Amino acid sequence: MTRMRYLEALRQGLHDEMERDDGVFVIGEDVRQGLRGVSRGLLEAFGPDRVIDSPISEAAFTGFATGAALAGMRPVVEFQVPSLMYIAFEQIVNQAQKFSLMTGGQVKVPVTYLFPGSGARRGLAGQHSDHPYSFLVHAGVKTVVPTTAEDAYGLIISAIRDNDPVALFSPAAVQAQRGEVGDDRAPVALGTARIHRRGEDITVVAVGHLVAEALRAAEDLDKEHISVEVFDPRSLLPFDRAALVASVMRTGRLLVCDDSYRTAGFGAEVAAFAADECFAALRAPVRRVSRADVPVPFSVLLEEQIVPSHQCIIEAVRDLVGAGGPSRD
Amino acid sequence: MDMTDESTLPIRMYRTMRLIRRFEEEVRRLVNANEIAGVAHEYIGQEAVAAGLCAALSGDDILTSTHRGHGHLLARGADVSAMMAELFGRSTGLNRGRGGSMHIADFSLGIYGANGIVAAGAPIAVGAAWARRQLYPDKNAVAVTFFGDGGINQGVLAEAMNMAAIWDLPVIFVCENNQYAVTARITEMSKVPIGQRASSFGMPVVTADGMDPGAVFDAASGVISSARRGEGPQFLECQTYRFVGHQTAEAALRLSYRTDEEIARMRERDPLVTWPARIREEGLMSGQQQDQIDADIELCLAHAIEYARQSPEPLAGSAFDYAYASSDFPGFPAAGWGGRP
Repeated sequence: MTRMRYLEALRQGLHDEMERDDGVFVIGEDVRQGLRGVSRGLLEAFGPDRVIDSPISEAAFTGFATGAALAGMRPVVEFQVPSLMYIAFEQIVNQAQKFSLMTGGQVKVPVTYLFPGSGARRGLAGQHSDHPYSFLVHAGVKTVVPTTAEDAYGLIISAIRDNDPVALFSPAAVQAQRGEVGDDRAPVALGTARIHRRGEDITVVAVGHLVAEALRAAEDLDKEHISVEVFDPRSLLPFDRAALVASVMRTGRLLVCDDSYRTAGFGAEVAAFAADECFAALRAPVRRVSRADVPVPFSVLLEEQIVPSHQCIIEAVRDLVGAGGPSRD
Repeated sequence: MDMTDESTLPIRMYRTMRLIRRFEEEVRRLVNANEIAGVAHEYIGQEAVAAGLCAALSGDDILTSTHRGHGHLLARGADVSAMMAELFGRSTGLNRGRGGSMHIADFSLGIYGANGIVAAGAPIAVGAAWARRQLYPDKNAVAVTFFGDGGINQGVLAEAMNMAAIWDLPVIFVCENNQYAVTARITEMSKVPIGQRASSFGMPVVTADGMDPGAVFDAASGVISSARRGEGPQFLECQTYRFVGHQTAEAALRLSYRTDEEIARMRERDPLVTWPARIREEGLMSGQQQDQIDADIELCLAHAIEYARQSPEPLAGSAFDYAYASSDFPGFPAAGWGGRP
């Protein structure tokens, strides 16, 4: 095991794939300097043909990557800020994502989109605080949100090796955290969830940095004799349906924690899925803890009113477990 | 143009233009007869551009096309029957019935697809040009990206031109200026002449008469050679005209954005009339040769339409096929109503 920061694990995964496959290259803004940390040192290791600074042209560099992928390469596109995705949305969801079907399978588009620094970061205000993964999930783009260093390493590798477009969101709140990465340097398969903590009374699905919040909440709730299972999908699309069904069938309760906008967000999809598949097992309504449906205000005090915290999770769990009565004698 | 070296070129370009014209006339008929579903944007009037430009390409070159893309594919030698079957939505179509008119593609010929979004192919062509230069430097290939006068106002085209320019990529930006973005005249939608946009990115600009395949061929040969020599991206404006509406159904809308007189005036320059007259006069094609070409094309189209009609529909259970290169996950992609179709 090697202990490293989440961001180092992402960088190591990218480095290892570039070493393994000559077709992998990085394009984005300020990637030569590694401004966001993911590509730092790669210019020295692989040269300027494989670490390419683009002009500030998000739509065009996204299309550029599609063209390079269609021509046989395996591009990794870094968006300096996740919300820059909006500028490139057409090229992601209407071009790259649809090419395989529209051409009747003539081609594949093995592009990875990296979104480092995702989510609110205290004071970044309206246009730099989004966690926009729900948009891509809705449009059918394979999407992963690793939460630990080990998963960051394993998922960036799987994202790059996958033959479809894959988006990887790296939450700002966990990028500096350290964790163990196995020496086997194994990929983490898309579509596989990780249960961070086993519990009996309720399944808490948490995405991204909310996994850490849910684990904190679980610690606190344990003192109240509420046993929380913390379920990290890691891969939002494809989603590990079987693991969720198995968990909810055991616990009988579900809370979904998702720091994207509430209405039609990823959490809504998980809740609807559970209502379909686990109805008989549910002893309480499915509930969501999400971001409010408004842009993040600049004031840090107001920001805290908008984005979910571990306290929201504690309150929601108490409510749900109370609603269904204690499950343990 | 110099016709001594390639004596068959004028005939080849005539044949290409005739095939496109007749293909598109049949498509109009079949759309109106509800045999072809959806929307078709015919290339009628613009044939000289595809014929002249594609005659100047070599086998390793690639292109991205537009919503008005049939002509580009035909000029590049795409299989006529497989194209027609695609427009019919059949499993034997180029895209197995998944693309239709607006997404028709043949990657085996370097055709990276028609595209339903204006100018969206431009950055794709730029990326492909870069990647192919990295992967196959000896091929010395170019990428052509077609767009219309409407495309000139898309931001992504400006971004793509700049990227191609700063990286000296072998990309030919071909503006097929047919004067109208659907119903809006280019002179109303751009303050400056089209070429001025490109020259501001540091790119050479050439303008050609897009109603004359010989002129397009000459201009295209020049800019393609420059790009192959490593002189970076090139911009070629072909001034042309579409004789019919933006798409088939426009005929029924009785729009007033251009006059019948204007269309009639442009039809006097119809390349399907002027080009064969000229090359016959110059002794480069006999009347008998022309008749034979025309007859061959009729047979080819009759066969293509029959092939399309007789071809099987895709299997109803195959609607999810090709959505992903790898989709081996339970319940993925999700069906709209439980289970898979």
